Amino acid sequence: MAGGIATRLAAREQVPSAAAITESAVVRWMLIGTGLVFLGLFLVTPLVAVFAQAFAKGVGVFFAAHWEPDALAAIRLTLLVAVIAVPVNTLFGVVASWAIAKFNFVGKNVLLAIIDLPFTVSPVVSGLIFVLMFGRQGWLGPWLEAHDLKVIFAVPGIVLATVFVTFPFVARELIPLMQAQGTEEEEAARVLGASGWKLFRRVTLPNIKWGLLYGVILCNARAMGEFGAVSVVSGHIRGATNTMPLHVEVLYNEYNFSAAFSVASLLTMLAVVTLVLKSVVEWQNNRQRALAAKPAAQE
Amino acid sequence: MSIEVHNISKTFGDFVALKDVSLRVETGELVALLGPSGSGKTTLLRIIAGLEEPDEGSGPIRFQDEDVAGRPVGARQVGFVFQHYALFRHMTVFENVAFGLRVRPRISRPSKAALRRKVESLLKLIQLESLAGRYPNQLSGGQRQRVALARALAIEPKVLLLDEPFGALDAKVRQELRQWLRHLHAEIHVTSVFVTHDQEEALELAARVVVMNQGRIEQTGTPDEVFHSPKTAFVMNFLGHVNLFRGRVKEGKICFAQMACDAPEHAPRSAEAVMVFVRPHDLEVDTQRNGHPSFAATVVRIYSAGPNVRLELIADCGDQIYAELPQERFRALAIGQGSRVFVTPKEIKVFAES
Amino acid sequence: MRLQLKQRSVLPGFGLTMGYTLLYVSLIVLVPLATLLARSSTISWEKFRETVTDPRVLASFRLTVGASLGGAAVNALFGFIVAWVLVRYTFPGKKIVDALVDLPFALPTAVSGIALTSIYAPNGWIGRLLEPLGIKVAYTPLGVMVALVFIGLPFVVRTLQPALEDLDREVEEAAASLGASRFRTFRRVILPTVLPALLTGTSLAFARALGEYGSVIFISGNMPMKTEIAPLLIITKLEQYDYAGATVIAVVTLVASFVLLLGINLLQWWSRRRAGGA
Repeated sequence: MAGGIATRLAAREQVPSAAAITESAVVRWMLIGTGLVFLGLFLVTPLVAVFAQAFAKGVGVFFAAHWEPDALAAIRLTLLVAVIAVPVNTLFGVVASWAIAKFNFVGKNVLLAIIDLPFTVSPVVSGLIFVLMFGRQGWLGPWLEAHDLKVIFAVPGIVLATVFVTFPFVARELIPLMQAQGTEEEEAARVLGASGWKLFRRVTLPNIKWGLLYGVILCNARAMGEFGAVSVVSGHIRGATNTMPLHVEVLYNEYNFSAAFSVASLLTMLAVVTLVLKSVVEWQNNRQRALAAKPAAQE
Repeated sequence: MSIEVHNISKTFGDFVALKDVSLRVETGELVALLGPSGSGKTTLLRIIAGLEEPDEGSGPIRFQDEDVAGRPVGARQVGFVFQHYALFRHMTVFENVAFGLRVRPRISRPSKAALRRKVESLLKLIQLESLAGRYPNQLSGGQRQRVALARALAIEPKVLLLDEPFGALDAKVRQELRQWLRHLHAEIHVTSVFVTHDQEEALELAARVVVMNQGRIEQTGTPDEVFHSPKTAFVMNFLGHVNLFRGRVKEGKICFAQMACDAPEHAPRSAEAVMVFVRPHDLEVDTQRNGHPSFAATVVRIYSAGPNVRLELIADCGDQIYAELPQERFRALAIGQGSRVFVTPKEIKVFAES
Repeated sequence: MRLQLKQRSVLPGFGLTMGYTLLYVSLIVLVPLATLLARSSTISWEKFRETVTDPRVLASFRLTVGASLGGAAVNALFGFIVAWVLVRYTFPGKKIVDALVDLPFALPTAVSGIALTSIYAPNGWIGRLLEPLGIKVAYTPLGVMVALVFIGLPFVVRTLQPALEDLDREVEEAAASLGASRFRTFRRVILPTVLPALLTGTSLAFARALGEYGSVIFISGNMPMKTEIAPLLIITKLEQYDYAGATVIAVVTLVASFVLLLGINLLQWWSRRRAGGA
């Protein structure tokens, strides 16, 4: 969703559609019906199913599934990975979008394509790459073994794989946004004497705060929910190298359905919160833009 | 085909766009709907076209005595030209013009050869035959508008409606297309209504001008009538330049600007407050009193570049006045900035203060 | 004449931020990719050919590509309807529906995987209804396609929405005034205008589906030759320590997604040219 906020947050006004260019009521409701049925079937049903299965055996079982040591370890690991991957990639996102959006230089398109790479690569392939680098038969494998360091089948590998996979999210949100906002305000501030960090903090940051928040939310959702890449590098060692999604898989494969869905519902709630936060961010951004546009309209 | 609308009202949410408007356009007439933004002129045009629906309780919309209010826009046989052309960007000029003919139901669709001939004759009419294969984004604004016109004419409409057709064009191109539209109308004589906020355009092009304001028709008449014989203060004020004084009626005389002159025939009789309008060129300027009712003023600025000379004056009563005189008269007076002059209104229009 | 690598600018921090960016990008993206390329270059053509022509591998490619195409096609049709309905009409709950479209994007793939499986399994909510009709979804290629429809939906809808919003209403009014019915107007005026966005969104959905792992492996059943997707095969080979084999499949997948990405970029460039200037 490149530039999700930059392009979509243009306030979506309700244009009253004149009768001449609107379909008949029958056609309209048929289309709405079809769309809703499709979404209900493909989106709502799975959502409901997660919670239904999670609580199928009662609330007690629901909580028990989480209190169990392996589950807690998985939750801890997931949080650890997110706490490392998100800030690191956010910092990169901000720095990179400053360099890319505010300056013109040769090779910009190439850089943009490279940044987009992890987004287009299959998660399993991403995981494979890290195995090829740090695995026992990997490039750095012998060196790591000699120093008694484990990356693959250990936490560092999981962190690395997650960082790789969630790498573009913040940058992809900020770059189009900052490009759309241009460099005028920053240049004006510079002329008035503002230095680097001050300039960024007081001029750029307020303008990009919603896009930044949006990118961070998405980055976090992906970091906590990443499955494919982590699956390859983790080794599935219970209690040690299982993140929450992997733990869900383990439980499911053991036919422990209600436990699997219980942990899954926790992740689902995170997803719902992500969607809600995204809506709030969009609404706030629309409001900010509407307020900014108002004085001109009153002239 | 004549157009007749009766008692049309239209509201958009809280905003009343049209208030009980009635209008008749004769067959073959070229009529302008003139007014400021928000006067309802575009809304009226779109209702005639069928792009908007009038409010419940509005009267009929008749094309040649046939009520078309219930008919959708595609069935009214109107040609509509938009301010921003609305050309189909992914189609060539030829395909744009041919569109109306191509989407006809199979029975009434012309053969490929007939279609080609029709489109080519239209392209010849608009003088763009050589550009038939181009896309809209390869044309200038003026060319695009001509294509839009040809496209509207292709379906042989009984009524041609144009919504600020030259509004998006440069001044020079606007002038050219104005002339061109007049010649076109003289050739094909289709009933045409166009909307504009440019009074020069309306007065120059139209046979009849409908002046609108705040959802109502203020006056309809020939360009001459609305300019020289305005029926309301708004029309007077809207068309051309005008000086406005506030005065009173007293014993058959109009008192304003510290002077009194005979009340013209159309002036209200009673002694309420009135608005007195005088056009700059109806003010006679002299260096001394000449026996006619006049008021004293001082010359503030002189704008002499142009066919006439415009004087910016401050009357003794405090009003800022603009007067216009021919170059020779100005030279004969030999006045400069700061000179004292006496101004005689030759023709005034008086309206009651509303 | 000096080659101008960068335009002069008054804004500060280019050196620092660019340096950090390049360093980070090299470490996180370029080095890993280089490793992959280096490793794959050590694989002999023999091994490459052997792996790629192995029936099991070919079956997995067929399944992955086929199901991805099917899923993308379904999304193209229904995604268009959803986008249209969201942009053009109002109905109760529209805001919630709009937010919901992003669910497949926000939900961890493992969660959607087990949820979809539980629904379409023979005793699941929907699987139960389809079983008597002889339609099996779970553990069949159809199930794979269902999962890929789920995962690709937001791509089509979110790419189409801005394009539909940007449609010039006056152009539609012009078509109506020229006598075109709503359907005709849609087919000849609206559809050609949003076609680039539709193609882009569908291609993105397709590209995502090709590499999808988590939502598919539960519902597919993972039977070799029948319902085994290519990403799974990579993992299987890794577990068997067939690093070379896994790398071969990975490289093929990677090249395919690069080509696809290039195609999408060309499409966007072409559509910008087409629409330019009008």
